[in-house]
Amino acid sequence: MEPNLFKYIWRHSRREQLGILSTVLLSLPFYFLALDLPKGIVNRGIQGQGFAGPDSTRAFLAFDLPFGEALTGAPVALFDGFALTQPEYLLALSFAFLIMVAINGGFKFVINTNTGRMGERMLRRLRYELADRVLRFPIPQMRRVKQAEMATMIKDEVEPLGGFIGDAFIAPAFLGGQAITAMAFILLQSVWLGSVAAAIVLVQAFFIPRLRRPILRLGRERQLTARRLAGRVAEIVDGATEVHAHDASNLERADMAARLGRIFNIRYEIFQRKFFVKFLNNFLAQLTPFVFYAGGGLLAIFGHLDIGSLVAVIAAYKDLPGPIKELIDWDQRRNDVQIKYDQVIEQFQPADILDPERQDPDADAGPPLSGEIVAQAVGLVDDNNSKVLDSVSFRAGVSQHTALIGADESGKDRLTMMLCGLEVPSTGRLKIGDRNVEDLPQAVTGRRLSYVGPETYLFARSVRDNLLYGLKHRPMQDAADRGTPARTLWFAEAARAGNSTLDVTADWIDYAAAGVAGPEALTRQLIEVLALVEMEDDVYRFGLVGTVDPVAHPDVAEAILKARAALPERLAAVDAQSLVVRFDPERYNGNATLAENLLFGTPRKSEFAGDALAENALMTRVLGEAGLIDDMLSMGVSIARTMVEIFAGLPPGHPFFDQYSFIDADSLPEYRNLLTKLDRVGEGALTVAESLSLRRLPFAYVEARHRLGLIDETIEQKAVKARRLFADRMATVDPGAVAIYRPDAYNAAAALQDNILFGRLAYGQAKAEEIVGGVMTEMLDALGLRETVIEAGLSYEVGVGGKRLSSSQRQRIGLARSLLKQPDLLVINDALAAMDDATQTRLLDKVLEHRRGRGVVWAQQRPRAGERFDRVIVLRGGRLVAEGSFAELSKPGSALSDLLAAE
Amino acid sequence: MSIEQEVEILRKIPLFANIDPAKLKLMCFASERLTFKAGQSLFDQGDSADSAYIIVAGAADVIVTTGKPSVVAHVAKNDIVGEIAILCDVPRTATVTATSELTALKVTKDLFFRMVTDFPEMGVEVMRVLAHRLENTTADLIKARAAARG
Repeated sequence: MEPNLFKYIWRHSRREQLGILSTVLLSLPFYFLALDLPKGIVNRGIQGQGFAGPDSTRAFLAFDLPFGEALTGAPVALFDGFALTQPEYLLALSFAFLIMVAINGGFKFVINTNTGRMGERMLRRLRYELADRVLRFPIPQMRRVKQAEMATMIKDEVEPLGGFIGDAFIAPAFLGGQAITAMAFILLQSVWLGSVAAAIVLVQAFFIPRLRRPILRLGRERQLTARRLAGRVAEIVDGATEVHAHDASNLERADMAARLGRIFNIRYEIFQRKFFVKFLNNFLAQLTPFVFYAGGGLLAIFGHLDIGSLVAVIAAYKDLPGPIKELIDWDQRRNDVQIKYDQVIEQFQPADILDPERQDPDADAGPPLSGEIVAQAVGLVDDNNSKVLDSVSFRAGVSQHTALIGADESGKDRLTMMLCGLEVPSTGRLKIGDRNVEDLPQAVTGRRLSYVGPETYLFARSVRDNLLYGLKHRPMQDAADRGTPARTLWFAEAARAGNSTLDVTADWIDYAAAGVAGPEALTRQLIEVLALVEMEDDVYRFGLVGTVDPVAHPDVAEAILKARAALPERLAAVDAQSLVVRFDPERYNGNATLAENLLFGTPRKSEFAGDALAENALMTRVLGEAGLIDDMLSMGVSIARTMVEIFAGLPPGHPFFDQYSFIDADSLPEYRNLLTKLDRVGEGALTVAESLSLRRLPFAYVEARHRLGLIDETIEQKAVKARRLFADRMATVDPGAVAIYRPDAYNAAAALQDNILFGRLAYGQAKAEEIVGGVMTEMLDALGLRETVIEAGLSYEVGVGGKRLSSSQRQRIGLARSLLKQPDLLVINDALAAMDDATQTRLLDKVLEHRRGRGVVWAQQRPRAGERFDRVIVLRGGRLVAEGSFAELSKPGSALSDLLAAE
Repeated sequence: MSIEQEVEILRKIPLFANIDPAKLKLMCFASERLTFKAGQSLFDQGDSADSAYIIVAGAADVIVTTGKPSVVAHVAKNDIVGEIAILCDVPRTATVTATSELTALKVTKDLFFRMVTDFPEMGVEVMRVLAHRLENTTADLIKARAAARG
């Protein structure tokens, strides 16, 4: 990257900078005029210079040919102007002043917006360039960077650059122009005053930047310490388990305190210096007016200077310190951002950064790989100068199945990475066909080859997106809105900032690479691959608890409704109809909470969910209308009494409070007092808050579970009435805030299995969940909905880094992702390690069977697995110790036999 | 059946005879009441154990399988089953299968231990029940040995 920030800015924004500069130049005459007018207003307009008497007139806007007198000997009038009396003249000048103010304001507006836009463009370019570089970092380099530091640099540290870029050339031009104009004006009025002002400005310009130099050094330190702080915070988050497990939180606290202390000291010193400089600057700036008032006043008194000029000088001077100060500030910022820029870009220039051509989006995957993998004396030396691989040579057919067997430190993992171009040999050559792997573009290494490592990274998206990640190399099908004026403008702007113009909203999926024709076939393929890695059942379960958008998938919603209708019959067939109590708009469901019975739907907004419902104004009104308020209160009292009675002896913090109580340990005494008060003075004396705290209790009450006998038939009827009132109100007030249960409609807010169940499991029925779950699965299979459910499961969000999945699930998805793109050569590096031996063996067989006729290189630790491969290569301590068929190598005394014996 | 009724039933069981009704209510509140159909098993031999069952209504067979299954005992209302496995942390030593519709309170291991520690009377009562069983078993063993010798 360009080391000099100014050159970088100039190269990429020359045209815009020049455009804005010329606008600035154009604005200067108007600025001068605006300065000159007050003098005219005071001298001629108010004091009446040039007016002989009240009735005499003066020409306004008379305009002579410039230098006309010098050329022709007499002034050449181009325009004689308007003859105006003194008051008219004053008003004319005043309005002219007003117009100048407007024009100057207009210039400022145009210049500022253009400058801002240019700055943002440059910032966008710089950030993009940094991100682009991160994408081109070689993988070994990536092991050394802290991601949080990278993120801070791209996001925060370059931010001030954006503000500065707009000002880089324009500010000095604009401010300098202003300062020079003001200076020239003052000099024209009085050479003496002007010289004094100029001298003070020079003193300022000389000393202030020198005083500020240490501040810059401190700024640099601050930047580095803050960046490292960000890195440490990220480390604490990532290593949270270790911190807790080793009781190291206090060490981390001390570390944080030390870092913050350093930052504090740096900042404090910056403040001290900064405010001292400010003080000095202000003092110097105020010294000039002192000279003007004292010296200029004396000159005026003795008649060497007219008062109008003095006023104008003072008015002009008002405009001088501003630009000067800003110029000095600009210089400070220039130094500051140059340092920031240096510090950022030095982190983004690793020696062996990938050539952009290797990631060219237009590159072609080329013909299918064929021939042999040839390793010729491949060696790898790591950062510490130790040999990871030492002169490894072998040959293997690209379409053969090859096992790389060795222990953890045998170097097999790095060898597999080299095979996929993720790492470069330090010595020797590694070829596939007859091409060096390190020269292959990623279009080949990422499409014809596929690497699966032991630590599969999953992106925080759905299972589906993660599976398809390996098929998205470039846009395959334009988005529908490509070519609309808005989008064209969008991409033109991206191009102007040097950004990629590939459309992220396009369809990037390479269907052909997955061997399918389109989206539908692809889904089937996904399910097949998931079945192959034995992940189908897991995704099926995700699907059951996931939601489906009935608008996008009307067929699914319809099928689920069919299943809902068929459920009672199926349950009856296994004599299990009593295990589910279904929702009936006309009946109270004793196995659901009172809240659910009232809401009779799935809340989509937090104000209708959980505890908030008790305080919801609409719900309270509806309860009043249904005559339930008093009942709720007496139910609340019953619950409170029971809780106070049975939880009385338990120490606070007892697990029962969390598990079974309506009331937590802390509020138990509160409720006890409340009940005492109630017994003494009666319900009428309760405050609103007190009665609410009692009325909220029954919301979570489930008759079948809690068995306090609180819900009788009258209450059931009232609750059903309230439910109906509530639904009616909601339909007008806030439709969509609660997805109401309707027997014949799909509930988009509820999980798929809840849509089928459309009710609650009956409490107290042994093995209800198991039996009903079994019936549902059977029924979904029979209705041909299994795929649909899995499809819904594909939308399951895997969480940051796939943390919502187990490590073996992550590995399965990683493997599936690589299988899906059907590479010519699949390279697997211990990618099943999180699974048990039996599963590993089963998956090994399945994958090899699936890949019959297509190449596999599989690095692993278990020598026995070598039996299943055409060819076995044994590595030990970075050296190749044996190569051949499993039969040859497992003979007594050969390299593999020791390993086999040790297994 | 409401909690109050359950508490009444529990109070009739010797194990809980001396315990404060409020504590029994807590136990009822904190335990699940499960209904089993005839033929359904409460738990199976060899399963890992997480709870004991107090039979509130109905009856069940205790079946031990060594080679072939044989019924070693009958349990019915007011009996407690499954406490051995949670007391000594071993897998279920027998299968218990309902012979009629059966209702039981499922007392989790946590709750059971808490009740026993909180109420020593209940601990003594559990010991008494276990001692009775041991006595019966010993008697059976002597009988069996005599039969084998005879």
